[in-house]
Amino acid sequence: MKNKMSAKIKEYPGEEVKSSDIKEGKVLTVRYRPNVKYMWSTGVAMSRFLKELKNGKIIATTCNKCGRIMVPPRMFCEQCFKPTDGWTYVKDTGTVNTYSVSFIAGDASRIKEPIIVAVIDLDGASKGMGILHTMSEIDWKKVKFGMKVKAVWKPEKERTGAITDIKYFKPA
Amino acid sequence: MFGKKRVAVVGAGLTLFRRNLKETGREMCYEAAKMALDSAGLTLKDIQSVAYGSAPDAFDGIHMKGENMTDGSGAWRKPFSRVYVGGGTGVFTADAGWWHVASGLFDTCLVVAEEKMSSCYPHPAYAFTTIFDPIMDRPHGTTLIWIFSLEMHRYMHVHGIKKEQIALVSVKNKRNALDHPCAQLGAKITVEDVLNSEIMCWPVQRLDISPTSDGAAAIVLASEDVAKKITDNPVWIDGVGWCIDSTYWTNRDLYYPDYVECAARMAYKMAGIKNPPKEIDVAEPYDPFDYKELHHMEGLLLCKKGEAPKLTQEGVTQRDGDLPINPSGGLLGVGNPIAAAGLMKVCEIFWQLRGEAGKRQVPGDPRTGVAQAWGDLMQYGSVIVMRR
Amino acid sequence: MSEEVAIAGIGCTGFKSITPDVSYKELMFEAATRAYQDAGGINPRKDVDAFVTCAEDYWEGHSIFDEFVPDQIGAALRHLFTVSSDGMIGLATAYMLIKTGEFSTVVVEAHSKASDVTTFTDIVNFALDPIFNRPLGAHPHYFAGLEMTRFLHETGSTREQCAQVVVKNRKNALCNPYAAHGAQITLEDVLQSEPYFYPLNRLDISPVADGGIVMVLASENAAKKLTDKPVWVRGIGWNSDTSWPESREWGRAVYAELAAEMAYKTAGIRNPQKEVDFAEIDDSFSYKELQHLEALKLCRKGEAGKLTEEGETEIDGDLPVNASGGLLGMGYAIEASGLHRVLETALQLRGEAGKHQICNAKTGVAQIWRGVPTATGAVAVLSTEVK
Repeated sequence: MKNKMSAKIKEYPGEEVKSSDIKEGKVLTVRYRPNVKYMWSTGVAMSRFLKELKNGKIIATTCNKCGRIMVPPRMFCEQCFKPTDGWTYVKDTGTVNTYSVSFIAGDASRIKEPIIVAVIDLDGASKGMGILHTMSEIDWKKVKFGMKVKAVWKPEKERTGAITDIKYFKPA
Repeated sequence: MFGKKRVAVVGAGLTLFRRNLKETGREMCYEAAKMALDSAGLTLKDIQSVAYGSAPDAFDGIHMKGENMTDGSGAWRKPFSRVYVGGGTGVFTADAGWWHVASGLFDTCLVVAEEKMSSCYPHPAYAFTTIFDPIMDRPHGTTLIWIFSLEMHRYMHVHGIKKEQIALVSVKNKRNALDHPCAQLGAKITVEDVLNSEIMCWPVQRLDISPTSDGAAAIVLASEDVAKKITDNPVWIDGVGWCIDSTYWTNRDLYYPDYVECAARMAYKMAGIKNPPKEIDVAEPYDPFDYKELHHMEGLLLCKKGEAPKLTQEGVTQRDGDLPINPSGGLLGVGNPIAAAGLMKVCEIFWQLRGEAGKRQVPGDPRTGVAQAWGDLMQYGSVIVMRR
Repeated sequence: MSEEVAIAGIGCTGFKSITPDVSYKELMFEAATRAYQDAGGINPRKDVDAFVTCAEDYWEGHSIFDEFVPDQIGAALRHLFTVSSDGMIGLATAYMLIKTGEFSTVVVEAHSKASDVTTFTDIVNFALDPIFNRPLGAHPHYFAGLEMTRFLHETGSTREQCAQVVVKNRKNALCNPYAAHGAQITLEDVLQSEPYFYPLNRLDISPVADGGIVMVLASENAAKKLTDKPVWVRGIGWNSDTSWPESREWGRAVYAELAAEMAYKTAGIRNPQKEVDFAEIDDSFSYKELQHLEALKLCRKGEAGKLTEEGETEIDGDLPVNASGGLLGMGYAIEASGLHRVLETALQLRGEAGKHQICNAKTGVAQIWRGVPTATGAVAVLSTEVK
């Protein structure tokens, strides 16, 4: 019976290479930039959501069985597994469920102005129905859990039907 | 007994985990797989099926990357399948290997997990921006660290946990990793070092997080009859569990990982575990961020909600404590080549239960171990229960 | 103690060239709703033990695509996972889960939203090896052209026989309400369509389609409670030949041969030509139907072309192949393609294939290939009889 004790293994495979070796061309590399593009059909629920955002409104769908009012809207209630029953508007105010403050960008580089990101539970939707957005017009050290906030919208002409039609949320 | 056939882990292999490895993805697979086969005294002829796991194709830069890795994973002219559940993949691939053998279809299965994050330029972190919903989340420039920090902050707020308490996990794991030969970031650091490190996305600081890495891991599974011919010391897979929560993560309260509890219950039921803190001797929960170890300890029902920081402070989770957690050094210390990191934890439990973990060995003759991985949008839990 | 495995419920949205009115989530919800209704009205929130979805990130445009699937198939906070492979390998996975004895009802899902992908060819190209194959800079379908040349050379099959496959399958698709690309075309149409990757012309290549499929698999006991018409999965096999195209045996579909061997063994089939009544196989490129027929031992090597020419593979022939229209007629549905081969096989066995129903269908073979540049495929043997 062969049992190689891991405690006795001296060498684990793998050869480390430094990032500088790669940049300086000491290691052979192949570069490729994929051409990867999509045009996602937004479907019934999200098409309506985006259209309403252009109108300066936030719309939700409702399920008669569990009684939830859901944002982002969806054509199926995932808890009851049935089609949702109707549409209703929710408010553009809410409370901060959780937040954080980002000092880095998507590629891990540092940014000068920190971005406050938050999950905001919207008034009028069911408890805990939050959306992700950013906050502004407040010192990041003063943000509090549960604080009341209100959406600041782009002017009507600038809205395109996107979540960014809401510029950010500010203290209400 | 659960499953048509009882399944054992009979060998394990691991490559170094580093920021950049020279080896290609398939070479790393080969190295880990070969090491696992050698450790079990087997050759590729003995392997009847291959279960492979890897997380985003975006890192390796190859669409359908599983297909590119078949040969490296020993799957030439064999049944090969790839499972992919985000960060949960590493432990889940071992679960997948389990059903290959437990179904009775195969007597042996080679389980390989690999990740080559370094191929992604300018930085692997950038690939993570594509995991978010294109309508609700991506337009904000959402990054992976944002959602972790949102969850961390919620967890801290609901239970009144301080950063100092969470930082203890990073200190413990990086120190544990000094004893792991494959570790990328083993180090002696203090709580002050963590609290003084660069703020990434408050409350997450640089020393709270694991690095991006290249690496691969592999284990060999065999049915009972075959396992007993290979080794005197098989480690049985007694429970497997997995669970995914709703995509709408902003509709959920992030303070507690329901999905980890759901996966754990599935695995514990199969393993006949009724009192996890008492019956489990060693655990390797997923720790891509330090607070995650605490979050997952609670989800694994190893302690009450909100109690994990206290256990850590009291030293219960040290190697010589009552419930050693991440004796390997975890992702924080060893490195985080996503899928390989999860399988590394399974390897660690394998070595721990056999008394082969060398300097990392948990004392007291551990007999039952649990490894867990997490993934997706604060969504996925995969669990495995192993016993000697 | 191990029970047999059956398909107890099927749901399909049908396949179309484009589906701009629905998101992939809504497509999946429709397929799932239909499947659960078909399976005796099961409630996925309570009655399903595990869910298996099949997807690849780059077809969808989202990394970690499994994040986006649970809600619309009833799996939120349930035991779901994703297999990065074709739907038929998802079926194999569900089969294994049930055979362990720990799961009695398992759902399998796969869909195609190919119309959402604007740079489809570039993504296929992205699957090629970055060091050895991509730098050649050619359209990835040259792989199929290379293979077809070798296949024709080794077997003596002709381009006309391959073109006949296209004529047959696209005509069959006209009788299939699920199919996207039914058409009356002639041999000349195919042979004179624009040359793409010699010897393939435009009409030799299956066009893509959108659609979603969900299936409910169950153990013997569970299946008998859910449906009067269980379709038994008598055997399943899957295999991967080398990932190095340079090392492949280009004339043969070795992955299909080995997958078939595995499936036939479990199904107890010793003489496929006699024991299999019909086949639904991969014809993503016209020659593939011939190559796969031979690999599945449904005819002798070199004979598939002749059989096609003589009409034996028509719906009323001795061995109906792709009565549904195949991929050429239904549309290439990316990872849902394998499940739609299984779907059509199952419909035949249940006697629900309508205008394209084959008489006396008792045992059918479904087969899929994962497409360029892979050498991976799966085979399923389905039957009306449990043993």
